[in-house]
Amino acid sequence: MLVISVILLGVCVVASLALGSRFVRWHELIDGLFRPDIDSYAANVVRKRISRTVFSLFCGAALGVSGSLMQAVTRNPIADPSILGVNTGAALFVVCGMAFLNISTADQYIWLALAGSTVTAVFVFGIGSMGRGGATPLKLVLAGAATTAALSSLVTAIIIPRSYVMDQFRFWQVGSVGAGSWDAIATFIPFLAVGLLIGFVVGPALNALALGDDVATGLGVRTGTLRLVAALAAVLLCGAATALAGPIGFVGLLATHLIRLTLGPDLRVIIPMSAIAGAVILTISDVIGRLAGSPGELEVGVVTAFVGAPLLILLATRAKVRSI
Amino acid sequence: MTNATYEYILAGRRHRRRRWLLVTCSLALLACILCCLMLMLGNTLYPARDVLRALSGEQLKGVSFAVNTIRLPRMLAGLFAGFAFGLAGNTFQTMLRNPLANPNVIGITAGSSAAAVFCIIVLHTSDTVVSIASVVAGLATVVAIYALSRAKPFSVGRLILVGIGIQAMLSAMISYLLLVGAQQDIPAALRWLSGSLNGSQMRELPPLVISVLICAPVAIVLSKHLSMLELGEQAATSLGAHTDKTRIWLILSAVCMLALATATTGPIAFVAFLSGPIAKRLVGVGFSNVIPSGLVGLNLVLAADLVGQFAFQVRFPVGVITGILGAPYLILLLIRMNRKGNL
Repeated sequence: MLVISVILLGVCVVASLALGSRFVRWHELIDGLFRPDIDSYAANVVRKRISRTVFSLFCGAALGVSGSLMQAVTRNPIADPSILGVNTGAALFVVCGMAFLNISTADQYIWLALAGSTVTAVFVFGIGSMGRGGATPLKLVLAGAATTAALSSLVTAIIIPRSYVMDQFRFWQVGSVGAGSWDAIATFIPFLAVGLLIGFVVGPALNALALGDDVATGLGVRTGTLRLVAALAAVLLCGAATALAGPIGFVGLLATHLIRLTLGPDLRVIIPMSAIAGAVILTISDVIGRLAGSPGELEVGVVTAFVGAPLLILLATRAKVRSI
Repeated sequence: MTNATYEYILAGRRHRRRRWLLVTCSLALLACILCCLMLMLGNTLYPARDVLRALSGEQLKGVSFAVNTIRLPRMLAGLFAGFAFGLAGNTFQTMLRNPLANPNVIGITAGSSAAAVFCIIVLHTSDTVVSIASVVAGLATVVAIYALSRAKPFSVGRLILVGIGIQAMLSAMISYLLLVGAQQDIPAALRWLSGSLNGSQMRELPPLVISVLICAPVAIVLSKHLSMLELGEQAATSLGAHTDKTRIWLILSAVCMLALATATTGPIAFVAFLSGPIAKRLVGVGFSNVIPSGLVGLNLVLAADLVGQFAFQVRFPVGVITGILGAPYLILLLIRMNRKGNL
């Protein structure tokens, strides 16, 4: 399994470095990577794409793990940062920061986006889990869709009168990994590391949670604390990724289901593997976006939505009626 | 049945009819006032006398252009699109017996938008082609949602989930088309993402007006059957409603209106969702809220457009205003439905 995933990762790294509005040949690729003395056009294109590739791998890993943690915590197959409206919450806070606090650097966005995602996640879960049966997929999705609609109207209302915010925001809103600079990566790494670490540590306990709250308590798991910690890690990961790359949807949903389908339901496997799956999915989507939008590029969020939405539909048609 | 009970039932019916008439008339009156305001207000305020003279064809310097070329098309677009959204939204909500199952949430308007964007921005086709394409796309979306959520036993919840998925896909497609077609064109993007009356032109209006004039009567005539459908499949059949035929005609007329309204103004957020429930609240239970919901829709659009134009220092497109008004209501409705366990 590890071999396959390493091969896949390798393929998408090479694709991400070589493909785009300018195709790079093999020897040019190698020149760009290993021969810093060569200063050809193609070599520079490759060097430009290195940071972008690293960034998209990291973002994808964060979104993948965030999705699988959210699904495990809510015991709900349709949990994903974008479907639950968490991305839009982050967007609203970032826009408020730009408009009212004059914020313009990535490390300031990140805290605002984290605050926004946390508040929205709590709000959506609050609404979605009211009433009989707790948080069913339908209730959660509807709460997420309603919240997204509400928040995105607010976002539009804030940016329309302020053209400077609109310019800044548009670059962020497109949901693209193209802006991934080494600075952004450096800001991202601590959040990624903490989030992934928590994700890997809580895996076994989440397995117990999957058996139901009573059984988990019987097995010695503190369900309340576990949910809180895992949800925090999920929000940390997707909030940080959203702050730097803009709202990108469906990666967590796709990655988690792909892994569960191929490797079974053990969360000790799902969580680390969905990091890899998320990285592969996001990077490949970015490459597709570059090819489909050529000579410009199609933002990666559009590509992932186009691939991810059919999965949502499939899940909806497969799900048991009772749980809908 | 004793005479007294009979009298009692009749009295109740008379009471409801009176209430319905009162509500409908006040809504129509409000609509007239809003229309006049739409024509009079603007960068310069023209008195009603000047507006009337300009409308009757007299050439008045400044007034004629502002009223006939800018304000009249805007007012008419809002009027007809609002009516269409309200009526069609209510039709779907009643037919599926769930206020959440409205064309905005389940992606029907997104289907029409995507087709219209493709025709206008990418292919630069004529208005007729845009209208036809948006209607066809709207119908195709309905068919796709129905086919995908048909698994037995039928559940509206599944239909809504499938619709949200389709909506997400179509929105991604619209973003892509906007990126390919109209780079940096923000007004165009805003129109297709949240709906706006800015830049409405006389020549765009005929398809919408014609479809409303044809389809609205169909929907109103079938409304008797619609209120039977509301009782559920079996009850409606035993009361003599042709459930399948009624449904098909209702869907056809609703989608035609929706699609052409969307092709003219963009999907004005939440109007289709809000109108039905508001009309129901006003009219009360037991009397058809079809016409009132259309009237509520057009009042919403006109009022929101006036607010968007004049209440703030900046001009907001109508969709942003209806979005901000509608979203909290959607959330409240969800909370209430969740509490009752209706979902």
